[in-house]
Amino acid sequence: MRSKDAVVIGAGPAGLRAAKSLLEAGASVCLIDRNRKLGGQLIKQTHMFFGSEKQYASKRGIDILEILVDELRPFGDRLEVLNETSVVGLYRDKVLACVRHDRYFKIKARTIIVATGASEKSLPFENNDLPGVYAAGAVQTLMNEYGVKPGDRVLMVGSGNIGLIVSYQLLQAGVKVVALVEAAREISGYLVHASKIKRLGIDIMTQTSIKKAIGKEAVESVEIWSLNDLWEGVPGTEKTLAVDTVCISVGLAPLTELLMQIGADVKYVRELGGNVPVIDYRYQTSVPGLYACGDVCGIEEASSAMVEGSITGINAAIDMGYTFPDSRRKIKDLRDELKFLRSGPHAGKIRTGYAKLGVLS
Amino acid sequence: MRIENHPILKFEEKDKISFTYNGKTFHGYESDTIASALHASGIKKLSESIHMKRPRGFYCAIGNCASCKMLVDGEPNVRTCITPLKAGMVVESQIGKGVPHEK
Repeated sequence: MRSKDAVVIGAGPAGLRAAKSLLEAGASVCLIDRNRKLGGQLIKQTHMFFGSEKQYASKRGIDILEILVDELRPFGDRLEVLNETSVVGLYRDKVLACVRHDRYFKIKARTIIVATGASEKSLPFENNDLPGVYAAGAVQTLMNEYGVKPGDRVLMVGSGNIGLIVSYQLLQAGVKVVALVEAAREISGYLVHASKIKRLGIDIMTQTSIKKAIGKEAVESVEIWSLNDLWEGVPGTEKTLAVDTVCISVGLAPLTELLMQIGADVKYVRELGGNVPVIDYRYQTSVPGLYACGDVCGIEEASSAMVEGSITGINAAIDMGYTFPDSRRKIKDLRDELKFLRSGPHAGKIRTGYAKLGVLS
Repeated sequence: MRIENHPILKFEEKDKISFTYNGKTFHGYESDTIASALHASGIKKLSESIHMKRPRGFYCAIGNCASCKMLVDGEPNVRTCITPLKAGMVVESQIGKGVPHEK
């Protein structure tokens, strides 16, 4: 069995930065990801980031990915990267069971960092399982990673930042967005994104939702309807739209399966997206030596995931007995950075969520 | 259904490879996954649900949700949304829970 100081599960923004901190401290690291390419969901993010200068605001996600991966190159043999690898078991004695290209093997670690991210939620409506009903991020992957259009005419459901940004990216790919419906009274993402797509002619309809998808083997049209103040559909307000694709952008849920399997405490916190690990202020879970960071701890965005990854990597390295140069100042700076990223009006949920969990800002 | 012009991304000409889907020949690129190649060829229905036999396509496209499972080279339950396309692959709609072919 191969043996490492630290295994990081998930090579997205949090995992890449956690690996970097661990490597800087001198630890040996195995970085595992189930995809071919590293970078997690940055790989499809063609838009420029907001957030802070230090976390590459005004750079595109796809370019930030290159920076994060390049940062790991100087560490040579101390870093082992296992792509196309799924972790299928996580055990209390810090043994990970993995599958890569049909081969099963185990790794022994002193420390495990779970940075598995999140998955997109679905929405209940009639025929929501028809082909052509896709998660908004799935459509983003299809377009921006593989260069394939999802269809010709799209209904976007949900006006969070993903819904707004993917709508814009559909236009960039030459796909018509027929309408964007939002069940709430207000647009939930940044107004700057919403204004941009409105100017380009996309109709944003609030207090409106999808009633059903229609089609035999794939979506051929949809029915949308107005919602009342109790979020109920109003009969008689149905409208049929000719679309071949429905994008569902109604939030994400943390991927906590591995944390549950190993028996780490998890708690349901609505504001953070569902079940999240109970972590302390150093990102350690209830299982000593097991840490979690990034979206698996609560749905946020890539900038804060990067910062959390850095903090977690430093803490994990120190706990193993490594020294990290100027660690106290470094961690304080990173915490200030997080506080800044979470200071805006759109971060209210995150602040409430973490308060409920009893940790951090 | 390939994107031809894009203001930010460049999709370079790549080597075309062929594979079969339910016995018919299809083409895709080396950078494709099985699901992206099928989708680009207009195939959205990948399989049927186990009990109700309802049409199934992909949903998450990043290997989470299992909606894209197909029979690939005789192996059932392959997540086609994250499995790279390879020349000569035999891709089939999966019936039921999937039984491996005899090798």
